Amino acid sequence: MKLVVIAGTPGSGKTSVLMHAARCLEGSGSRPAVVKVDCLWTEDDKRIGRLGIPVHVALSRDMCPDHFSIYNVDEMLEWAKKQDADVLLNETAGLCLRCAPYPDHCLAVCVIDVTTGPNTPLKVGPLLTTADVVVTTKCDLVSQAEREVFRERVLEANPHCRIVEANGLTGKGGSDLAEIIRALPPAAENMMLRHNPPLAVCTLCSGELRVSKRYHRGVLRHMDGFMEYSGE
Amino acid sequence: MRLTILGGVDKDGCADHIETLHIDSGEIVGIVGPTGSGKSTLISDLEQFAQRDTESRRQVLIDGQPPDAEVRADPRRKPVAQLSQNMHFLADMTVSDFLAMHAKSRGREENLIAKVIDLANTLTGEPIHPEHHLTALSGGQSRALMTADIAVISDSPIVLIDEIENAGIKKQEALKLLAGEGKIVVVVTHDPVLALMTSRRVVMKKGNMVRVIQTSEEEQKVCNSLSRVDRWLINLREAIRRGETVSAAEAAL
Ligand SMILES: Nc1nc2c(ncn2[C@@H]2O[C@H](COP(=O)(O)OP(=O)(O)OP(=O)(O)O)[C@@H](O)[C@H]2O)c(=O)[nH]1
Ligand SMILES: [Mg+2]
Ligand SMILES: [Zn+2]
Repeated sequence: MKLVVIAGTPGSGKTSVLMHAARCLEGSGSRPAVVKVDCLWTEDDKRIGRLGIPVHVALSRDMCPDHFSIYNVDEMLEWAKKQDADVLLNETAGLCLRCAPYPDHCLAVCVIDVTTGPNTPLKVGPLLTTADVVVTTKCDLVSQAEREVFRERVLEANPHCRIVEANGLTGKGGSDLAEIIRALPPAAENMMLRHNPPLAVCTLCSGELRVSKRYHRGVLRHMDGFMEYSGE
Repeated sequence: MRLTILGGVDKDGCADHIETLHIDSGEIVGIVGPTGSGKSTLISDLEQFAQRDTESRRQVLIDGQPPDAEVRADPRRKPVAQLSQNMHFLADMTVSDFLAMHAKSRGREENLIAKVIDLANTLTGEPIHPEHHLTALSGGQSRALMTADIAVISDSPIVLIDEIENAGIKKQEALKLLAGEGKIVVVVTHDPVLALMTSRRVVMKKGNMVRVIQTSEEEQKVCNSLSRVDRWLINLREAIRRGETVSAAEAAL
């Protein structure tokens, strides 16, 4: 089973690109299946379902969706195997720019929308810097110049990535991504994350609602950058 | 450079009537046809250097050869620039800062900035200043700047234009500027002036490249008359923009 993790900020075009790539994969005899992870709500399963391929939605609810994906990689792969798939495409919720839910033996795809401006590639962090493929979308909406600047900025942030210029509306780029997926080796048994998740597990993560430091435990960072451990 | 399009199939699976189309450097070729006739698909085939792997199954060659897979995959090495109606500048910075950034990303000298702005100003009636904010430019100014930028900084040998007729720039000058640099220009258009400025135009119908029309001498004459009408309209528009009145004498063509 191959594993492709498709991450990127909400609305960046993940589902659109994924659907075009899945169609190309099917055309060449692959059997893709899709798991969409989101927080509260998504209709992506309905859209993807139109392709007639197996699709499953997993909602993380009160848990960080990226952490949720990471915990559930093996379950997802297991599910895909039951669907008789040979490629699992995992679309993330893409909210947290500090997490990068990419295991080492997967194809890490970061989908990024060029209309968000030329500084965005420098802002998205490990999601982009640890990706194998960076798919730029919505190129049809910006000038050639902006596209070129954006591309250079992506390469500044991640010099080793492959860039695929895609258009979620016309399907451009889908066959390029499918070709890269075809050449991918299967996922391994014991995979490691490429990048460490955010500092510790904080009290906010476990449900503390009160604001300000005195209510929180764990490794805490102050405004001035000072870090301390508070707790037992 | 010579670009070659080898025909594929239309929406019904029938072969393109045009089997082979060659376009050489310095040539302007038009694409015409009703909405949904496959004009944008053809532009997109060119942009991607389709190798019988798009819906149309067309193949695009450079100098008789399919381009290297690397050239196709690396947008930095692709010799294509694109300009279309729905493109906007979205970066919130000044014109000169942005052009400097673009020049730098292309490994070009920053002293090209003044050249781009001067050239852009020959294409629009509303002068662009280096200190203007990109996002505050009018549609005409944006299109003029994009065109000049493609001519000077991007400098790609192939330029694809998807409908710029309503953009409020001196479109003939823009087209001449791009083709004059020895580029291959392919333009989707319904604008009679632009369509007749091309040396040939491909007619699309239901996804099929049905025929190629060579612009006749008579059509070139029509084009010249139309150009006069166009310039006349532009001058009237400028006069009105300046807050002037327009006289009957001026309004007589
Ligand atoms: N103009 C343009 N619109 C696009 C492009 N790609 C996607 N879109 C549009 O952008 C919107 C969001 O696309 P999606 O594919 O749903 O994005 P997503 O990243 O899956 O979104 P979430 O799963 O909700 O985070 C849709 O309305 C798409 O039609 C593109 O290349 N150009
Ligand atoms: Mg989605
Ligand atoms: Zn997180």
